[in-house]
Amino acid sequence: MTPTVVLPVIVAGLYAAGVYLLLDRSLTRVLLGFLLLGNATNVLLLSAGGVAGLAPILPVSDTSLINDPLPQALVLTAIVITFGISAFVLAMIYRSWRLVRDEVVQDDAEDLRVATREEIDADDMDPEAMDPADRGPGDGFTVERDPLHGEVTPPSDDVALALAREEAAENESAEARAAGTPDRTPAGGRPVDREEEH
Amino acid sequence: MDDLIRVLTPLPVLLPLLGAAAALLVGRHPQLQRTVSIVVLSGVLAVSVALLVLADDQGATSVSVGGWPVPLGIVLVVDRLSALMLVVANTVTLGVLVFAVGQGLADGEETDTPLSIFHPTYLVLVAGVSNAFLAGDLFNLYVGFEVLLAASYVLLTLGGTAGRIRAGITYVVVSLMSSLVFLAAIGLVYAATGTVNMAQLAVRLGDLPDGTQLLLQSMLLVAFGIKAAVFPLSAWLPDSYPTAPAPVTAVFAGLLTKVGVYAIIRTNTLLFPDGALDDVLLWAALATMVIGILGAVAQTDVKRMLSFTLVSHIGYMVFGVALGTTAGFAGAIFYVVHHIAIQTTLFLATGLVERRGGTTNTEKLGGLAKASPLLAILFFVPAMNLAGIPPLSGFIGKLGLIEAGVAMGGVGPYVLVGGAVLTSLLTLVAIARVWGRAFWRPRAVDTADEDVEAIRPAPGTSTTTEELQAARLPRTMVAATAGFVAVTLAITVFGGVLYGVADRAATDLLDRSPYIESVFGEGAIP
Repeated sequence: MTPTVVLPVIVAGLYAAGVYLLLDRSLTRVLLGFLLLGNATNVLLLSAGGVAGLAPILPVSDTSLINDPLPQALVLTAIVITFGISAFVLAMIYRSWRLVRDEVVQDDAEDLRVATREEIDADDMDPEAMDPADRGPGDGFTVERDPLHGEVTPPSDDVALALAREEAAENESAEARAAGTPDRTPAGGRPVDREEEH
Repeated sequence: MDDLIRVLTPLPVLLPLLGAAAALLVGRHPQLQRTVSIVVLSGVLAVSVALLVLADDQGATSVSVGGWPVPLGIVLVVDRLSALMLVVANTVTLGVLVFAVGQGLADGEETDTPLSIFHPTYLVLVAGVSNAFLAGDLFNLYVGFEVLLAASYVLLTLGGTAGRIRAGITYVVVSLMSSLVFLAAIGLVYAATGTVNMAQLAVRLGDLPDGTQLLLQSMLLVAFGIKAAVFPLSAWLPDSYPTAPAPVTAVFAGLLTKVGVYAIIRTNTLLFPDGALDDVLLWAALATMVIGILGAVAQTDVKRMLSFTLVSHIGYMVFGVALGTTAGFAGAIFYVVHHIAIQTTLFLATGLVERRGGTTNTEKLGGLAKASPLLAILFFVPAMNLAGIPPLSGFIGKLGLIEAGVAMGGVGPYVLVGGAVLTSLLTLVAIARVWGRAFWRPRAVDTADEDVEAIRPAPGTSTTTEELQAARLPRTMVAATAGFVAVTLAITVFGGVLYGVADRAATDLLDRSPYIESVFGEGAIP
């Protein structure tokens, strides 16, 4: 059996191109990358069957004249699976485009929120004890900030400090109300503008 | 008896597939469709229990599908491990189906969940899971995975809302990668050994050079590690699970990762018994446990918190596998059984929380313990079980694994034992935060309006206090969840019996000969 260098080179090239495309944020490129990877894997399976160019099943007794049929059957199954899944992914891409007019991988909003959140240990602060005007969105347990432009209060583990800051804000808002100025932004900070991130 | 087991073995795959076809045919009659699904899954559960009893009695048995002689055709193998997994998996799928039916009945026609698609897809998922557990052939295992994954893609994106499509894309692309790695590994295994029959591979793989074995084993472990969500291959899970409908998330969280764990157990015992990668797995288990639970502590959303604990607790099972001893495998198997039940229960209870409170965000929830004491109990019992409070089954599982680790000795296992205890404590912290916020504290009444509107309330839920008092949880959904809590308690009460089965299964796994002889006949291997 003579090993061929062509198939491994093709497999390697397809894998490299496929992985490159798969790393893109554009979903169409991801799909193309997946198709290339699928084909690379199919060629890999095929090359496991023996010498290239031989027919799989022939009525001869000399097995060196025929190719192993099993990998070809496996490839056939794999092609069908890849085909079905590609159709599904295409449908998802189309749906994504219909919904958000975009076909890039979307960020998980909740994930971003948790990542950019400035944590105040909620269990130490009772929303009931706060002035309603000072409650942020929700219960005021967490302070959201814009990761890029927002005013950032330095994170602190010191609960007393946080409470003191909270108190100062309360006084300030009381003064503001006394002066008759319109309500300032609640202590919860302004909501993060998601659009700016894209 | 031997004939009976041969007749029964293909049924857990065959029945759900036929049921899916029937459910598709009667798609216009929801009542009939529900009946078909429930009858089929009850049948599968009965078959699985019979298989477990038979397999525990007489050991491993194999069936050649289509009557082809052994190395040529596809074999299905039932041994104690696969039968046990079948029973647990089908208990969970049946229970979740009842929950889903209850939800569908309560929400009526105008839900975003097209029921006519849900039932057939769900049955296909069950067929795929059963096929993966029974496969005695590496390529058939791949097909089983693909069947269950294809069904899971559809279930995860049901309704096609923006959030689900976003989550679905992450999930699909990552799953596709793992499937491709698996398929490439199969190609290389075949090129190296000339077979994909697992029993034959068990004999032949040992003759390969060490480097080749290591490559094949690591490729398989990477492929299964993605499916099982072992760190660092776990980042996809918390992003993709929480957006799906409650029953879907519950069954995914309970089952799908465990299919990956099952495949890891098979790879490490039957195919590569040398334990060449045990050290790597050991540290991966530690990282999975600790990093997963640190993620859980940071979350404010109940579903995301549970997804992170799911990742974290996969670490316990990998820990047992990495030990490579009978005690380690027995602990891992028991933990798989416990965790499938417990994680599903918690996600179902969270589904009820979402209906009752209108959200799963702990910053907005509150006062649930007062509003619905029954729901509080349904959440509290499995939550304590997850954290491993004695005498519940989580404690039994963790104790078994820790004992196995201590018995093994050495630096690695001791560090892992410490990590396991720490993870257990942090799980308690994460659970206690959810409990304290969502159930115990008084409900914050006048939350900012724009925020209430930002959460899309699930159909049938309400957000104001008065309506909350009036809101009733659908009886079927509560009954299904209560049934699951009862199952988790049963796992505790019958922990000894289960641990016995797990122990015998682990002995079989490490011995390897029952599996191989069941395929090739007595004395077929040297």
